[in-house]
Amino acid sequence: MFDDFLVRAFLAGIGVALVAGPLGCFIVWRRMAYFGDTMAHAGLLGIALSFLLDVDATFTVLAVSLAIALILLALQRQRAIPADTLLGILSHSALSIGLVTVAFMAWLRIDLMGYLFGDILAVGRFDLAVIWGGGALVLAVLACIWRPLLAATVNENLARAEGVPVAVYKFVLMLLVAAVVAIAMKIVGILLITSLLVIPAAAARRFASTPESMAVFAALIGVLAVVGGLGLSMEADTPSGPSVVVAALVLFLLSLLPFGKLRRDVRHAGS
Amino acid sequence: MTIQTAHMGASPMPTPGAKLVTTHDLGVYRSGRWLIEHVDLSVSQGEIVTLIGPNGGGKTTLVKAVLGLETHDAGSIDHAPGTRIGYVPQKFHLDWTMPLTVSRLMTLTVRASRAKVLAALEETGVAQLAGSAVQFLSGGEMQRVLIARALLREPDLLVLDEPVQGVDFTGEIVLYEMISGIRRARGCGILLVSHDLHVVMREANRVVCLNRHVCCSGVPQAVASSPEYQRLFGPRAVEAVSVYHHHHDHTHALDGSCPGDHACGHNHYHEHAGERASANDEKALSDV
Repeated sequence: MFDDFLVRAFLAGIGVALVAGPLGCFIVWRRMAYFGDTMAHAGLLGIALSFLLDVDATFTVLAVSLAIALILLALQRQRAIPADTLLGILSHSALSIGLVTVAFMAWLRIDLMGYLFGDILAVGRFDLAVIWGGGALVLAVLACIWRPLLAATVNENLARAEGVPVAVYKFVLMLLVAAVVAIAMKIVGILLITSLLVIPAAAARRFASTPESMAVFAALIGVLAVVGGLGLSMEADTPSGPSVVVAALVLFLLSLLPFGKLRRDVRHAGS
Repeated sequence: MTIQTAHMGASPMPTPGAKLVTTHDLGVYRSGRWLIEHVDLSVSQGEIVTLIGPNGGGKTTLVKAVLGLETHDAGSIDHAPGTRIGYVPQKFHLDWTMPLTVSRLMTLTVRASRAKVLAALEETGVAQLAGSAVQFLSGGEMQRVLIARALLREPDLLVLDEPVQGVDFTGEIVLYEMISGIRRARGCGILLVSHDLHVVMREANRVVCLNRHVCCSGVPQAVASSPEYQRLFGPRAVEAVSVYHHHHDHTHALDGSCPGDHACGHNHYHEHAGERASANDEKALSDV
């Protein structure tokens, strides 16, 4: 069944959504959206490197986004430049250096659009293995560090005073974001990865009463967005990445509707 | 004095026991200046030490150094082996995006049965809030939940950074009475940060006034009448202390345990000459 590129596309998209949802909750809770964006934009440099070194893009993208994360951590120790300015500098420089590097390699004919906005229909068997294998690994690590990472997210000082090694978990979280950037790149493209992390999580907030239920809802909403977006992409021949993001946005907007009121009304009507 | 001591024994006041944490000549240096320096502080079992001082005087810095949240650049901090610390931070803001109930907040870093969680919340009078979303708590409720959360860790030392923030004056007194009740019931040491002296409860064994360095310390009344304290807070602050002290004497007169003190309290309020005597009273109180 993996021979069908449609089946591969849906499986890949669902795999990414299942990982991006729970991880995206932490991006939302910790206000790291711009940070995620920066790591994703650096991915283009990773793609350029993959062509230069002739290795699979997953690994170079992972390496470059990690390097950017480490540079950011180091730079944040100084206080002269605020963190969001630093992110702005790094995010767009990394993207631009990537684009310039690709332009220099005149002998290459790279489908830049595919990397920037995703080309889910080009997902091969190897990509599928990377997505599900890598995704399972990311989810397993996230499950292991869930409790202490959550404590550190709710209040960092309190967690530290209570003996949680916050810095370690922050670093692991960065590793996980880098990994998701690398595996999600094919699906939505590096410019749109953060949306797959942030939008399902934001949509899930309405329905969640615990952090865990928010993570599960975010994963499910992400899956719905992928299925809906890819369906649209196939039907209307729209680019896959933006279609998935549009579907996620629709779900987010739906989550804003006053369901609570509706439920009350139904109950009143019933009684 | 001895007679008075025996007489005051009616109000349960545990004797300060073993030292839980001690700082020697502690200094924290950040961006070209000392936030605190030469600080000697100790908190013992069953003792309430109140840290007061002006804003920017380094109270929170000292607390964070004691908790290991800030590294120190001079001196030393010694914790008694096995000392468990419960901490209530000065600021606790939870973003709306985080769905969290009170009972979940309680068990973020400790695993505890539901019964234990409820018992801790009961101790601070907020058991009914166990299922509420943290974002909907009022200032006073939040403080009580955070104190209950610290108690769930069964602390030897409780560190409370400005626990009466966002609480009105009557609420402050109730909260302070609750804190001193916790000390009596559990016998833990308490390090309390307050922005000024007028709400410092009568139960404080020692008050340490911090303005980068320890400018004065001792029993509450002694600190209030010290020239360093008056320079920092002005004479009005001293009056405020007297008012509160008067209130304290009054309650005691009502339950009949120290009938002679009431008139004495009046004197404090109206003439400042009485202050010394009252400082001695407090000393007797804390020495029991």
